[in-house]
Parts: sequence; structure tokens; C-alpha cells
Amino acid sequence: MSSTSNQVLGADGLNLWYGTHHVLKGITLGITRHRVTALIGPSGCGKSSFLRCFNRMNELIPESRVEGRIHFNGRDINDPEVDATEVRHRIGMVFQKPNPFPKSIFDNVAFGPRVNGYRGDLGELVETSLRRAALWDEVHDRLGQSALALSGGQQQRLCIARALAVEPEVLLMDEPCSALDPASTAKIEDLIGELKERYSIIIVTHNMQQAARVSDQTAFLLEGEIVEYGRTGGIFTRPEDPRTEDYITGRFG
Amino acid sequence: MKSRIRPSGRYEGLIIGVLFLCAVVSVLTTAGIIITLLRETIGFFREVSILEFITETRWTPLFDPKHFGILPLITGTLMITAGAALVALPVGTATALYLSEYASDGVRRLLKPLLEVLAGIPTVVYGYFALTLVTPAIRSLFPETNIFNAAGAAIVVGIMIIPMVSSLSEDAMTAVPRSLREAAFALGATRREVSTGVVLPAALSGISASYILAVSRAIGETMIVTLAAGATPRLTLNPLESIQTMTAYIVQVSLGDTPFGSIEYRTLFAVGMGLFTLTFTLNIAGALITRRYREVYQ
Repeated sequence: MSSTSNQVLGADGLNLWYGTHHVLKGITLGITRHRVTALIGPSGCGKSSFLRCFNRMNELIPESRVEGRIHFNGRDINDPEVDATEVRHRIGMVFQKPNPFPKSIFDNVAFGPRVNGYRGDLGELVETSLRRAALWDEVHDRLGQSALALSGGQQQRLCIARALAVEPEVLLMDEPCSALDPASTAKIEDLIGELKERYSIIIVTHNMQQAARVSDQTAFLLEGEIVEYGRTGGIFTRPEDPRTEDYITGRFG
Repeated sequence: MKSRIRPSGRYEGLIIGVLFLCAVVSVLTTAGIIITLLRETIGFFREVSILEFITETRWTPLFDPKHFGILPLITGTLMITAGAALVALPVGTATALYLSEYASDGVRRLLKPLLEVLAGIPTVVYGYFALTLVTPAIRSLFPETNIFNAAGAAIVVGIMIIPMVSSLSEDAMTAVPRSLREAAFALGATRREVSTGVVLPAALSGISASYILAVSRAIGETMIVTLAAGATPRLTLNPLESIQTMTAYIVQVSLGDTPFGSIEYRTLFAVGMGLFTLTFTLNIAGALITRRYREVYQ
């Protein structure tokens, strides 16, 4: 699949193994720029593993093996000449459980820019990132405090700010609300709506309503394969594949 | 199933009592040691002024003219400790970092037990290692070095405590949650940046605890310094000279035929008290530092 200007990322014949376990089986899929793409599917279908292919995080798992291509603005990120840290610099990630560093709020956000050799005004960048993550108003007077003193929802928004601070083009979100209460979840969902104006977002979620609320495109994965991929409205109202219908209506998974 | 009510009250009480006694044994032992130390030390200070003890620069209690200045023994001990720390802290920390962040499973499985072996070598063997291998090596570089010298002993004490630093520090590093490493990698950090920027600071409390333990061990180390550092209490900072540590002095007097109750006999306890104060202060400082840097992550 060739990359067109409105496609930021694309998987092309992507296979992934953990040891002998074949996790992803020949996935081909394009991600549209400035849209929210949701990956849904039952536990163990490979949606998180798929997400981690986009920033080469699977490399950190010994015994994992990737075949096939991931295009990012037309370049194959799995090319051995491409530096994984450069890929991760441009494709940020937010994890399932908030994982702030045991450092101050400021240092959490500044960590990425620092390791990437940012030369501008760090204070300004931290403020912008915290504002974009809708956290600035709550923490601006205590940036020096430990990030661990924040609530779970605040911690997750801090992790979003931290990811934004390296100025990525794409944000990968791996079930970002699964450890949060409904009020915090609502805040993050609102935030996702705002963020897509600047970033392209891929979100893995277990929550059908969440996928329907926040995403423009939805891909349904089952046992390492894409069953159906299309506009979220279409997938949730008129699924073409009976397996998709079974899943979104709660008949399994 | 029997529905008989167990006589839990008395039985439980007995168990609690036995457990309490076990706990009390160590407390009583500590108290006993302190009391003995104190009693003999007070006896010592009836004959020697505290001022002389801590300001006099000569330590010659075993021959005339007698001088009772503990400073030479303290500098000897501190020189050994500093030298050992200089060897063990960087090497131990680097080893821990390598094992926890870089080594493959195979290498780790091979290296860890080998390091543990270091910890199992009797200190008397280390002492001869210092005398027959390390000191000749130093003397080939610095010919003026005494046969018995602080440097050789310090290096070998350092080697001895490397496993203590590396194993405890590695535990602390391994306990840093994977999610923190992933977060750093996902921000574009290299393995080195993850190690030094995330893992090391997050494990700092455990690492400093390992430092304190290792340094305490170096202060209390006896056999290596008795064999290799000499028996010449001397106020010096030159590691190539023969010195004497507090522990080595205690050995020297214990081995001789010092009459019970004499002033020479009492110096044992005064020096012991000094040693105790030193390690006790260090442990308190360690506890404070550890608490200061403790990080709680979920």
C-alpha cells in the first residue's frame, strides 16, 4: 500500500511473533492523518502488540520477531538503517497504566526533550505540553512536586503531556483509560478530541462505547487479523462481517 | 471436620511469647554489648582523659612512653574504608547496572553465581591475596611502598565488598517497574539514558542502602587489614605506608598476654566503643538518606 498525503502510517503485510506464537498475521492497514483510529477486539487478539509495532516497542521483548513493513510518511521504520529512538521521538506513546517517573512534574515532562537534545526554552515547552494535556491549570503552582502525588487521572494526563513534549506527529494510546475512574476517563476522551487537530492518534480500547465516542476510524482485530476496518459510524451501525457484529453487540469478548 | 473449639487463647499466647523471646534475644544481646563496652570504657577514661584520647596523635599503649590518641587508628580505618569504597562503589554499581539493564539472560545466569562466590571466600584468603599479589603489584609501580601498606589492603577489602554492592544494587534496579523503562524508551531514550536517567534515580534508595552496608562492612573488616595493612598506628594519609586500623589493634591486643583489668586491656573496649560509634553513626546516616530518597511507585 503506497502512502498518500493523508495517510501518516501504514502497515504492509505485517507479521509478528513472540517466540513461536504468531501474534499478528499479515496485517495491512492505513492510518489517516489527524484522525483518531481505534483498534478494538477481544483480549489477546493482538491489538496492543499491533500498536507497539508502530514505535518498535516490541524490540524490547526478547524473542519477538517482526516481518513486513510499517510506513511512516512513506519511510519504512523497520528498515535496519532507521534508528528506533528517532522513530519513538516522532511517534509517542501513552500506556495502559499511568507510569510517571518518580521525579517532579516538571522533570517528567522535560525528560523526553532533554534526552532528545531540545535546545529551546524548556519551561515554555513544559507549559505548552501541560496545557495541551489539559493539566496546566491543576499543576502550574506545583511543578516541582513529585508526580506520584497526583491522582491517577492527573498522572495519565501528565503522561500524555510527557509524550507531547517531544513534539510527535502520532500518538499511540494503549487503553489509556482502563485504570481510571469515569470522570477522569471523560476528561481524557475530551482531550483526545482536541488533540487530533494536531496529532494523528491510534487508540487501543476495550470499551466499545469509548471507541464509538472518540474515534473516526475503527479496526476490529480477531486472532491477529483485521476482520473489518472502516469509518467508526459504519462499523458500529452496519458492520459487514458477522463476527464484528457479534463482538460489538457483546455476544463474545 | 471436628467442631471442637480450639483452646486458641492459651496456645496463641504461648506462640506469641516464644516469638517475643526470640525478638528480645537480639535486643538483649545488643544491650549487653553496649553495657560491657560502656563499663570498660568508663574504666578506661578514669585513667586517660577523653581530651587526650581524641586529640593526641600517637597511639602507643603497649610500650612506654604510653600515648592514648585514637586518631591514628581512626585515620587508618578511614583510609582503608575510603580506598575500599573507591574500588567497590563504582565497580559494584556498574556491575549491577550491567546485570540489570544490559546483560542477556545467559550472561546474567553465569555472572551472578560467580559474583556470589566472591562473597564466600574466607577473609583470611583475601588477606594473603593482598600480601602476595596486590602489594607486589603496587611495589612494582611505587618501589618505596612498605610490605605492609594501606593501599593493598584497601583494594582487596574493596574487591571483597563488590558483591555486596552489586547484588543489593541490582535487586533495587530490577525492582524498578518495567513500565518506567518502557515510558522512557517510548520517549526516544537510548538504553544508556534509560539506565542513568530512570533506573538509577528510581533505585537510588536501594543503591545507597547497599553503599552504607558495604562501607560498614569495610570499617569492620579485620582479617585482611591485620594481615596486609600492618601494625603501625600512624597518623598519615599516605596509603603506601604501614598503618593500623581499629580492628587490627583489637586483634593485636587480644592475641597478646594482656593482663585482665590493666589499662592495655581497657584500651580494647575504648577502641571498640569508637568502632561502634563510627558504624552506628553511619547506620543512622544511612537510614536517614534511604528515607530521604525512598520512592514509592505503584
